[in-house]
Formats: sequence, C-alpha cells, structure tokens
Amino acid sequence: MRFVDILGAAVSNSFRSKLRTSLTVIAVFIGAFTLTITSAIGTGVNEYITTQVASMGAADVLTVTKQGDQTKNIDAGPAKYDPAKASLSGGFGPGGQAPPGVSFSALTLKDIDTIGATPGILDANPLTQVSPNYIEYNGRGKFELTVDPAAALTTPDLVAGEPFSESGDANEILLPGSYLENLGLGKADAAVGKTVTLGITTYTGEQREVTATVAGVKNESLFSNGVGLSQPLTDALSAIQNQGKPSNTVEGFFAATAHIDANSTQEQIDVIKADLDAQGFKAQTVADQLGTFETVINGIVGVLNAFAVIALIAAGFGIINTLLMSVQERTREIGLMKAMGMSGGKIYALFSMEAIFIGFLGSAIGAVVAIALGSVISNALSNTVLSGLPGLHIMQFAPASIAVIIGIVMLIAFLAGTLPARRAARQNPIDALRYE
Amino acid sequence: MNTPVLSAQDIRKSYGRGANRFDALKGVTLDVHSGESVAIVGKSGSGKSTLMHLLALLDNPDSGTLSVNGTDATSLSHSQLNRLRNADFGFVFQQFFLTPNASVLDNVTLPLRIAGMGARERKTRGMAVLEQLELADKAKNRATNLSGGQKQRAVIARALVNNPAVIFADEPTGNLDSVTGGIVEDILFSLNKEKGITLVLVTHDLDLAARCDRQLFLHDGLEEPGLEQSGAGTRPVSVSAPASAPVAAPASPPVHAPTPGTPTRRGRHAGTEQGGAE
Ligand SMILES: Nc1ncnc2c1ncn2[C@@H]1O[C@H](COP(=O)(O)OP(=O)(O)OP(=O)(O)O)[C@@H](O)[C@H]1O
Ligand SMILES: [Mg+2]
Repeated sequence: MRFVDILGAAVSNSFRSKLRTSLTVIAVFIGAFTLTITSAIGTGVNEYITTQVASMGAADVLTVTKQGDQTKNIDAGPAKYDPAKASLSGGFGPGGQAPPGVSFSALTLKDIDTIGATPGILDANPLTQVSPNYIEYNGRGKFELTVDPAAALTTPDLVAGEPFSESGDANEILLPGSYLENLGLGKADAAVGKTVTLGITTYTGEQREVTATVAGVKNESLFSNGVGLSQPLTDALSAIQNQGKPSNTVEGFFAATAHIDANSTQEQIDVIKADLDAQGFKAQTVADQLGTFETVINGIVGVLNAFAVIALIAAGFGIINTLLMSVQERTREIGLMKAMGMSGGKIYALFSMEAIFIGFLGSAIGAVVAIALGSVISNALSNTVLSGLPGLHIMQFAPASIAVIIGIVMLIAFLAGTLPARRAARQNPIDALRYE
Repeated sequence: MNTPVLSAQDIRKSYGRGANRFDALKGVTLDVHSGESVAIVGKSGSGKSTLMHLLALLDNPDSGTLSVNGTDATSLSHSQLNRLRNADFGFVFQQFFLTPNASVLDNVTLPLRIAGMGARERKTRGMAVLEQLELADKAKNRATNLSGGQKQRAVIARALVNNPAVIFADEPTGNLDSVTGGIVEDILFSLNKEKGITLVLVTHDLDLAARCDRQLFLHDGLEEPGLEQSGAGTRPVSVSAPASAPVAAPASPPVHAPTPGTPTRRGRHAGTEQGGAE
C-alpha cells in the first residue's frame, strides 16, 4: 500500500465515525490551544525583554557582588561576627543601616581595588546608591525623583540629547520624558542643556543642593526607569550623603561595576568571571542578569506548558479509546486486508496514521484558533492595560514554536495510537474474519 | 505429473482447548493442479471453510504439510506469504466482507491498493473487471446499496481484479437465488476455462459441485472416500435444471444424509444461516 493510500484511508476512516472523532479532536484541541497560548506568552515576554536589552547594549560592563553569605547553608547557624566586615551603611542612603538580622555581604573599598586589579578588568567603581530628595528646575517647584540604579550599566534609549560624555567629569543627568512637563522643561529638545538642581540630605540630616546639566531625554523601559545620573554626579551626591558619618563605620557597597574590553569574547569574559569567582566575587554581565530574568519567566511559562501537556496526555487517552473502538469495529476489515496480503506493518501504519491525523487536526485547529484569539486579546491588552510598556505584545506566535507544538501533539497522538495499532496489526486474518 | 499448485498432506486442525477442543479437520489430503476446478463439499460444520482457509495459507494447520507449487508453506517468509495472498490468490468469502460505506470501485480495487498500485491504473483495472461482471454502472454506489446478487458479483470482481492464479470461493452462490446463482457460477467456470484460473469452491450445493472437475467430500473433518471420482468433470450439469442431477456414485450414501449414529451438529441445510451480508 502506498503512503498516499494509507494517508487517504486513515483520513476517511477517521471521518467514518464523525461524532467520536470530533470529541477526540476537541480534547486534543484544548491541549494544543493552551500550549500555543502559553508558549506565545513566553515568546512575547522574552522577546520584549530581549529587545529592551538589545537597546541597552553595554556588553562591556560586569556587575560584581560579594559571594553570598546569603546562600550559606541555613543549618550551619550564624557566622562568627567580624568587625572588619563591611555593613551596607554607606550604600543605602542616609542612615541606611542594614536592617537588624539581615546580613548582607558588602564590598569594601579594598575589595573594589582587588576587583580592579583582576586581569582583564579595565576599571572598577562601587555601585553606590544615592537617594536625592527632590529635583527642581529654575525654581518651578520641587518634585520627587527615582534614580535609575542601572544607569551606568545601560545604553539609554534617547529621545533627545547625548549619552553621558565619555571622559566626563561633568555633573550630567538623563531625564525620562515623563518628567519634563511637571518640571517645566517643555519639549525634549528644549530640555537638553538646561541646568537642574537636586536636593540631598547628609548623614547628619542637613539639606544640600547639587546642580546638574540635562544631557538627554530618554524613553522609559523595563530596565531603566527613573533618572540617570552620571558617575561624577553620583560620586558628588554620595559624598554629601556620607558627610558626618562616624569614621569607625567600614564603608561597604552592595555591588561594583567593572568595565572590560568591549571586544571581549565570551571565553575571555568567562575567564574573568572565573578569576573573580576564585577571589570570592560574583560577576555578571547584563546578559547573565537577563538570563536570570528569562529563567524566571521560562519557569512560569514552563509550569503553564506542563498543564497544557497534562491536558494533551488526557487527550492521548481519548485517542487510545477512540482507536480501540475503531479497531474493534473494523476487525473484519482488518482480517480482510490481511487475507488479501496486507502486512502487519502496513495495518499498524494505517491505524497510527489515523491517530496522527486526529492529533494533527486537533493541534492545527487549536493553533489557528489560539493565534486568532490570542492576537486580538494581545492587541487589546497592549492598547489598554499594558500601554505603559510600549512595545510589549504579551502574546507572540512564532511559526517555529507552533510547528514544534503541532509536532509534539502529533507525537503524543502517535504514541497513543501504538497500542490500538499493535492490536490491529497482530490480528490473525481468520480470527478477524470470523469475528461477529 | 507436474507439481500441484496446492497440496495438503494429512492436515489436521482443531479449535479450542481441553474439554472445549474440537477437531475440525482430522487428516485431509488434497492436491490441486493448475487449471483445475475442485469442489469441497460437505454439510455444515464439516470443516469446508477451515480446509479452504488452510489451503489459502490464511491459517496454519496443527499437523500435516501444506505446499504451494512444491514449496513448503512453513518455509515462506511473511512477505512472500503476503505477496502470494495479494497477487496469486483471489478470495470470495462466505460472508461478503464489503466495506459498507466505501464505493463499489474502492471495494473492488482493495487488493490493488494493498499491492501499492497507483490510483489511475487501479481505476482502469477496477472498471474493466466491473465491466466484465456487468457492474460498471454501480461503480460509484456505496457497497451497502447493492442487492445480494450484485454484492456477490462485486466480491467476485474483487477476487478477480489482481488476475489471480487461484480463486478460493466459499459458498459463492450460497446467498443467491438459483438464477443469479447460475449466472455467478457461469462467470466462475468461464474464468476457469478461458483464463485457466484454478478454482477451489466450497459449497454444499451438489449441482455446483458436479460442475467441477473434482470433488472432495468432507464429513466431520474427514474425507469420505469413494465419492471422489464421481463427478470428474465429465458430466455437464445444466444450470437451469439444478435439482435433477444425482451426484453421488450409486454405491455410496448421499452426502447430505447424516451418517447413522452421528448426531447432526448443525441444521441440515447449510446455506440457510449464512446470510452474513453487510
Ligand atoms: N474459531 C473457531 N473456534 C471454535 N470452533 C470453530 C472455529 N472455527 C470453526 N470452528 C468449528 O469448526 C467446525 C468447522 O467449521 P467450518 O467453518 O470449517 O465449517 P463449514 O464446513 O464451512 O460449515 P458451513 O457450511 O456451515 O460454513 C465447525 O463445527 C465450527 O463450529
Ligand atoms: Mg463455511
């Protein structure tokens, strides 16, 4: 029997009992539909993150932290107190002692030097977190501000102006577009070059002011929201923030940024990371951090997919049931075909094909409906609930993953079909012909 | 003499086990030569169908040897066996075994489809054979919608479509009235005469049996000796006068009468319960 004939016979056989086939197809449909939707969400969200990251660039920056006591075995009990060990008092704003009981391992200035001396590292700067109280332009009112802690790590997506000047010892600032109107800076182009004032409190509680030039206006994105401060500006604010701090406090930093050669290969980066690791530091590129993010999202999507696969396995039992009934009904026909010289293998192929066809039908319809419905919902969400995250399409249907889903469903259907198909293939022609 | 197309030596077959064991064939020997027509005759339950299935290699005997053109059947591989069934044998089963919702043409060309022939050639050959059996106008009908006689002809068309060397026909006229039955018989015997197709017919109809070159009388799984030579294909039996021709040799008891002391296992008239048309 030719392949086309087997296929044709399988298709027409599955339509012989329309109601039964339809019900089985619906079961497969539900699984395939869910799987298509969940994987589309995975694709949509991950794609969004990837484009966000692509816009960030900054492949030459490593974020370095101290290797964690955080990850220390809980059963080992508390570590011995070490007065020389830094606490994060310098890092978390005025008076920002780490809350009692929470022990962060912070980087000391000595650590920063060690990191900077590591081969391959061009320079290392403490990642200080500064918390200015307000921002003001030309006396037109003080407004609260959020500082983008990752500003140094990212290449901003600018609407107007320039990124921070390379050599720069200037106090520069990048403002999100949404700040302009309240501050009274007008249009983005007009805002560039204006001077704004930042207010900050010292360790002892006195208010100080620092001025900065608006270098550019940026789009807000997932990874960079808030105001970007240039390194000199951050240093200046940090200095004020730490004024009056008791000298016996060991200054500590949550993290450090280290620059490497922008042309480093992945192997070179791996060597540097391993080197830092050996010294007790944990270094991550932006891509690594993103990887963590993606891992979380993939985990969530994976759980959703698992549910869909469970639905598909249930549908697989539906297929087994349908085909067993079909084999039973067609016992005589099988006997006849065997008597006429059809091999067991071909009979097996015939029933397997029927299973695969049911799987294909369910998954193809499921995918098509999911794409149609998902696109409508995704667009509706982008224009309403998710309009704050421009460029995010919560569901994206990648042709490759849809092909994979249909393939997986057909595989499950094939596996489900093996039991009935084996039973059919093994029948003795005479017993089958005598079957009433 | 040349080697027989089909040869069975002392074959036995029993069904079931233990107390339920039933010996359907208790040692039957038969040679069928090329171009011959052989009738297997006997009352219902005597093992006719069982013997035919064994000769056609659809089932394996418990003991004894079966050979095809001199080759022991047990030495044939699966694929050789399938090729034999597909290309060299044609089957007409006691029940029609037509796929009810498929078209007549599709039913008839099933052996060609199994053989892997292309759709166009299948159609040509299917239509040719339907033409031969005067069913061409029904080619597109669903098999269920045929009358009994048309179904029987469709089944014969299916047995013929692959130009077989041997046709096995189990009660080919069992479900038909005498006129239609006569037509079907004529078709089968003309194939035998004109194309030299070997015929193995199973029947309880003594007139049909008499038209064959040779008869094998079965009784409770055993050949009834003395009856074999009787017909020898010499006596022409007219279809229009079926009841008149005595078949049995004068010395032997008529085959359809139960042997004294042997309980009749089923009804005397074999054909009556076999209305298995789908
Ligand atoms: N699969 C089986 N299991 C048990 N007994 C069987 C089986 N097949 C056949 N038999 C028995 O074997 C005997 C011979 O059966 P077979 O079908 O060969 O008879 P037959 O001569 O063709 O009868 P009929 O003219 O009624 O078709 C019968 O008694 C039948 O009941
Ligand atoms: Mg029979």
